[in-house]
Amino acid sequence: MKKFFIALFCLSLVGFGAAASEARLTPARSALENGLVLLASEERGLPMVTFNLLIRAGSRYDPQGREGLANLTARLLTYGTRSRTALQISETLDFIGATLSAGAGEELASVNLTLLKKDLDVGLNLLAEILTASVFPAEEIGRQKQSVIAAIRAREQEPGSIAQRKFHEALFPQSPYGRPVEGDEKGVARIGRTELVEFYQRYYRPDRAILAVVGDVSHQELKDKLTQALRSWQRGAGAREEAPRVSAGPATVIRIQKNLTQANIVIGHEGVTRGHPDYYVIQVMNYILGGGGFSSRLMDSVRNERGLAYSVYSSFDADKHVGTFQVAMQTKNESAEEAIRIATEEIRRIREKGVSEEELQSAKDYLIGSFPLRFDTNRRLASFFAQVEFFELGSDYPDRYPDLIRAIRHEDVLRAAQRYLQPEKLIVVVVANQEKSQPKQ
Amino acid sequence: MRFFIFCLALFFAALAPRSAPAQPGKVQEVVLDNGLKVLLLESHKSPSVTFQIWYRVGSRNEQDGKSGLSHFLEHMMFKGTDKIAPEEYPRVIAKNGGRSNAFTSSDHTVYFATMSREKIGIAIEMEADRMANARLDGGYFEQEKKVIMEERRLRTEDNPVSALAEVTGAVAYTVHPYRRPVIGWMGDIQSLSREDLQKHYQTYYAPNNAFIVMVGDFSTDEILEKVRAAFGDIPRGPEPPRVEVREPPQRGERRVSLKKEAELPFLLFYYHAPNLKHPDSFALDLLAVILAGGRSSRLYQDLVYQKRIARSVDADYGGLAADATVFSVTAEVMPDKEPLDVERAIGSLLGRVRAEPVSERELEKAKNQIEAAFIFGQDSVFGQAMRVGQYESVAGWRHLEEYIAGIRKVTAADVLRVAKQYLDPDRRTVGTLFPIKEKKQ
Repeated sequence: MKKFFIALFCLSLVGFGAAASEARLTPARSALENGLVLLASEERGLPMVTFNLLIRAGSRYDPQGREGLANLTARLLTYGTRSRTALQISETLDFIGATLSAGAGEELASVNLTLLKKDLDVGLNLLAEILTASVFPAEEIGRQKQSVIAAIRAREQEPGSIAQRKFHEALFPQSPYGRPVEGDEKGVARIGRTELVEFYQRYYRPDRAILAVVGDVSHQELKDKLTQALRSWQRGAGAREEAPRVSAGPATVIRIQKNLTQANIVIGHEGVTRGHPDYYVIQVMNYILGGGGFSSRLMDSVRNERGLAYSVYSSFDADKHVGTFQVAMQTKNESAEEAIRIATEEIRRIREKGVSEEELQSAKDYLIGSFPLRFDTNRRLASFFAQVEFFELGSDYPDRYPDLIRAIRHEDVLRAAQRYLQPEKLIVVVVANQEKSQPKQ
Repeated sequence: MRFFIFCLALFFAALAPRSAPAQPGKVQEVVLDNGLKVLLLESHKSPSVTFQIWYRVGSRNEQDGKSGLSHFLEHMMFKGTDKIAPEEYPRVIAKNGGRSNAFTSSDHTVYFATMSREKIGIAIEMEADRMANARLDGGYFEQEKKVIMEERRLRTEDNPVSALAEVTGAVAYTVHPYRRPVIGWMGDIQSLSREDLQKHYQTYYAPNNAFIVMVGDFSTDEILEKVRAAFGDIPRGPEPPRVEVREPPQRGERRVSLKKEAELPFLLFYYHAPNLKHPDSFALDLLAVILAGGRSSRLYQDLVYQKRIARSVDADYGGLAADATVFSVTAEVMPDKEPLDVERAIGSLLGRVRAEPVSERELEKAKNQIEAAFIFGQDSVFGQAMRVGQYESVAGWRHLEEYIAGIRKVTAADVLRVAKQYLDPDRRTVGTLFPIKEKKQ
């Protein structure tokens, strides 16, 4: 199973990148009268259709003291509508072998649906119902709250997840971006039906949503059917939304005691947003530092040369309003300090010496060459379309992408490293058996 | 061990639950003079081509004291040949816009790359080179051993559920090598030598003990020429030793408990079952879906939804194994609930499915789920190649073509019969994870 974690990681880098001018990467776009943006691409090879709905209803909209509300709202969408109980919804979906899931992130909630073409109408009606007529039955609320609380407990047995949570808390203190989307046990216990209904009515609005559809169906057919099925879905109040203000926390070292054989380490600081003008230079720089899987410097120095870790990578995750930079790795408790030192040295080295022409060319070649291959399933295409729309990258983004990358010069990378890697601001989180992992006094 | 197969099954469920040849295309089979079988399936829905080489060697072929050898060799296969420098392989692939990786299971070791049609020849040539000329460079041996030990810590030592699966698998099988973990026991990994690896490589890495699967955007004639040119001159090797071990029938339940730092208890039932070569495999697949496929399934409805004693449940028939396998049922226990209550509830549900036939509608629902998932699975070229490879590895890829017809033929009486026969409490091993509290410093 050598390299699966890394493979998965590479596959999940959707959201940056595009290339070659290809019709399949440019969906037909239309806005319905109620404001819903529809992106559709015909893929007639298989009798199936995939939906990806993004809606601005993530945890950043949680009211204070009700952390976890956005997540609970999304989870409850499929647990009861005006005309169907939770069990009826499950029965309907399972009988046609469709998959439907709903969840929330910090910025966005999302609904994913995949079904056979012959069941399109069944699926569309159900999708319309959960978006316009969810009823949040009291019994289901109790059930989902219990389930979320169990999930909150369960994440405590995942050291990687503890390290991520602590890192985000320290990086974005007092901010929704510093809190886990699922909230904490107390906040979740307090959430009531009224708040769920209010959240749903306020944020689940068509003018806050993007729907990307890929599969065996035409744009026109979808548009007609959605207009009909979603005719009762009305625009929201449309109040202007302030962009959230986020200020990053100071450098610090956080040690969490767990009886583990490995130290789970996250080190990092604030990154940039997706709209930042240096976003592409930063991605190229990070590819060389630690984003490029087996081609990266961190992989070389931490794994290949010293055998300190199985998985090590760095990433600049860029969202609408915030971004993070982090290096994540796991190593036996005893070598935690050494691994942190090596990773930090790599950060310093790229800032001081930049990268070689050869490294730069390899990074560009990968980013440009892999682009059309990254979206090789309906699901990945749908997700890509929705993100291009959400981040306002423009319908010509796939055409522009290769040039954006190609134009990057050696000195741009050095400048980006100096500016966006900040060793003096590093937050270091070590979840480990501290007796073994701490430096000896 | 089993958990690795189990893991893989889950992983690929996301990509390709029941992948199969895309509609217009059919698998083309060609066997080269040196015994290397080549399976080609054209699929032109995206510009990707997946190339996979499957060696018929995994932990199943290892001896006591040498566990983890196949997996260790997989890592060392990245340490270069006379033409390719150590760790250069993934760099070359990435520079050409591709992704590459490898994995090991109980039954096989697989190396793969996904690239464009224009570039895939590079992967083919490098793969042929390392089939014949891997250096397994001793200078990298000790570091790589450390990496693998870190991998084991990450996957097993610090992961309570996978630790439970490992120890339960070691009890469910008494004689058959499936009792050993794919990654190997820590002590075995430590004591493996470079000579062990060389011997393993010489014994199993030969064209007549491997096959190639390619799916994607290529022309069969053109790609076959490339494969022939790269692999055709590699000489046939001696026939590798066969694994003749048979697990003796189990008479009486076995129980395992694992006490480990964790938050939630976990339950795991392994029932011995035949692999997919057996005609009962279709009914066993359906039984797994009836028990745990979707939110309307029996286990989910009862344990998760109604009784709220489990956070999640699953049932999996591991038919894609070279030898007799297990049917597994798992449940993650809700906080403050008793594992014994969950075990009783599962026992009672399994008792019912062994006593009364399922309704026609329930059977139809399960068939629809499998059929839909089979079509969704064709969305990914990688997923399709995995399925072809798994079938070829176990029973011959042609079985895949019979799959849906086989599922359609199953009756409620068949499901009842296989449930009676295989879900016998006397033939099961029950593993329970009992969380213990963190020892404070």
